[in-house]
Amino acid sequence: MPWSLLKLGFNKQTPLTRHFPKRCELKPEYDVVIVGGGGHGLAAAYYLAKDWGITNVAVLEKGYLAGGNTARNTTIIRSNYLTQEGVRFYDESIRLFKDLSNEFDYNLMYSERGHLTLAHTDAAVRTARWRAEVNKHLGVDSEVVYPDEIARLCPQLNLNQDVRYPILAALYHPPGAIARHDGVAWGYARVATTRGVEIHTQTEVTGFDIINDRVVAVKTNRGNIKCGQVLQAVSGMSSVVAAMIGLKLPIKTIPLQACVTEPVKPFLDPIIVSGSLHVYVSQSARGELVMGASADPYPLYSTRSTLEFKEELMMHLLALFPFIGKLRVLRQWAGMVDMTPDFSPVMGLTPIGNYYIDAGWGTWGFKATPVSGKCMAETIATGKVPDLIKPFELERFYRFEQVGERGAASVGY
Amino acid sequence: MKLMHCPMNGPRNISEFVYGGEVVEMPEPDNCTDQEWADYIFMENNSKGVVYEWWMHVPTSYWFIAERNAETDEIVKTFPSAELFNQRVDFNVKKQ
Repeated sequence: MPWSLLKLGFNKQTPLTRHFPKRCELKPEYDVVIVGGGGHGLAAAYYLAKDWGITNVAVLEKGYLAGGNTARNTTIIRSNYLTQEGVRFYDESIRLFKDLSNEFDYNLMYSERGHLTLAHTDAAVRTARWRAEVNKHLGVDSEVVYPDEIARLCPQLNLNQDVRYPILAALYHPPGAIARHDGVAWGYARVATTRGVEIHTQTEVTGFDIINDRVVAVKTNRGNIKCGQVLQAVSGMSSVVAAMIGLKLPIKTIPLQACVTEPVKPFLDPIIVSGSLHVYVSQSARGELVMGASADPYPLYSTRSTLEFKEELMMHLLALFPFIGKLRVLRQWAGMVDMTPDFSPVMGLTPIGNYYIDAGWGTWGFKATPVSGKCMAETIATGKVPDLIKPFELERFYRFEQVGERGAASVGY
Repeated sequence: MKLMHCPMNGPRNISEFVYGGEVVEMPEPDNCTDQEWADYIFMENNSKGVVYEWWMHVPTSYWFIAERNAETDEIVKTFPSAELFNQRVDFNVKKQ
């Protein structure tokens, strides 16, 4: 063994540290039990500890840490939404995201690329202008740009007007960014655990003991634990877990597929979305094209991949970037997403007094990781729902007050 | 490709069909509470098991019911809706 390595090993300035604490036994009781160890659950745990000093918290994850939708999304972060409620909410998330690497002392590979939503029809141009106006009104940087400017921002795009669906304009959103999704989850997990939060992976919640409309215990495959408050943050399994407290949700569980190409030299600066062509793409720090398209056409509790998804995606992506036909697809996967009727989340209270819900994240959840964690932590700590997420309460459906974000959240539905 | 057996047209590529929602009993629109109506419109069972669903064969606009396992994606059975809805449904319409 080289002497310099031995010296390093014995040097008190470079102690051996673990990234996360070793998993311990479940305690008999916690102040807050968070069901779901993905980005949202971990963020809620961190803000409970940091903002409210609540550290007697357990995050229960049935699989491996953040192995659900947090591991499977296409990492796009933006706030160019359609409604005032949506824009305010997602913009707060961007504000939190911008400094998160510093806050964590952990590299999230947060990269502001600029986000272009291409419009190929008059209706799409109209939606782009609507979004730009709402965004500007709320201080969010978005504007409508035309093919000359689009050519400057993304010279590789096929701006030929002699195609079936030529690009007429685009919504340009400079703050649009990508980040390393695993990094966001692990970052939150680390800063939460250093503050005393416990993370228990391979721990599956099987039910709840409810007495007088309050959850008194959480039943798991590793034993039962008493709880003060419970948060469910299990997008993909929201209805299954909510059924354990007898709650129905306005959610259909639908597979959302994605894929990446082999890595190539950096050529694509902005994030490109085409609502009309049902496709979105960005180039990661590794040089891979990260691509997605419409969600699957029917509900399914599975993460299987299909040929149909690839066919639709590639057909449309080649219309935008004809030269990428030579690239190979390296990997294809899927998540199971909570689709809601209005393409907005379900956050806040439930009929059970100490049970809170963070669900309905559809295809728009990763970008909201910081703000959802912060707002759910505030809800749990104070028992009151913050104004920022009040529009997303489950009760809104009973008042027919949907927050309609389909035009801004989705592609090709 | 994945096949769906249309009761009228036989086995076709599932891409020829569109999913039409869970088969649930509709409350009488004039004789139910707003809460019951909102439940019917928005709330889903979204079960992780065998479900009964409406499907339409798009080229022929033929609606039918499928019994499907929403976890394994196995289509257990497809049948004309008349097999389930075999009695006339009469709502007590509120008098004007």
